[in-house]
Amino acid sequence: MSPVLAATASEQAELIVFIVLAPLAVVTALGMVLTRNAVYSALLLVVNFFCLAGFYVLLEAQFVAAVQVIVYAGAIMVLFLFVLMLLGIGNEEVLRETIRGQRPAAIALSLGLVITIVGALLAGVFDAEPASLAAANEGGNVQAIGRILFTRYTFAFETAGILLVVAAVGALVLGKRQP
Amino acid sequence: MRVGPGAYLLLSAILFAIGVTGVLIRRNAIVVFMCVELMLNAVNLSFITFAKTNGALDGQVLAFFVMVVAAAEVVVGLGILVAIFRQRSSTSVDDVNLLKG
Repeated sequence: MSPVLAATASEQAELIVFIVLAPLAVVTALGMVLTRNAVYSALLLVVNFFCLAGFYVLLEAQFVAAVQVIVYAGAIMVLFLFVLMLLGIGNEEVLRETIRGQRPAAIALSLGLVITIVGALLAGVFDAEPASLAAANEGGNVQAIGRILFTRYTFAFETAGILLVVAAVGALVLGKRQP
Repeated sequence: MRVGPGAYLLLSAILFAIGVTGVLIRRNAIVVFMCVELMLNAVNLSFITFAKTNGALDGQVLAFFVMVVAAAEVVVGLGILVAIFRQRSSTSVDDVNLLKG
């Protein structure tokens, strides 16, 4: 098979995966916002995170895709479900609006946000030619990320470690029962 | 036909707007938190799209750091929620109108 044919085949595969995953991501996100049961919300969000991991693979970000599945869909969502179960899921949300007209206003504002961003996209990068990460991913995506993380971003990396320790200690202090 | 960066950015914008809608209309504080996570993920998708468009890995590293900060934020946020629930037996954002416990 010639390289040109191979390129179009991979492009077709990317197109098919995108066509399958993109509506699924939007539908699960909408379902998360609209369903009244918080546990369903959490489970739909897990599906949405898996879709996003698929997009990351399509965009040649294999490391971030793996971290997305392990950290987001695994750790963070399990934490959410734990807290949901801990606090009880029986109490239904009140449907009465506290501020009158809040929901229509919120939806209108969000639509305005989408229109603004789409306008910005149409004005700028919408038809930008997709470059390839083949040069940057030389020797593997994980190796390349590791190289850049421990050279250019060392300080940020160490700071992130401190942040995680502070967050863990903070959660312990908050979770402790006051005597 | 190929999938350009525009398609990913459009999807990212739609997911972000859905997250904003959720934060604005939902009352359950845990669901509001989940919507914030959705917004963070939408931004991550743009980061990674731009990383590919620019042919550099910095966007992917930035998305990684966003995940680290999101993890820390979720831990502290859910800790605060549990503390509030102990005080008021409710996780509705409307019931939290005082800083004093």
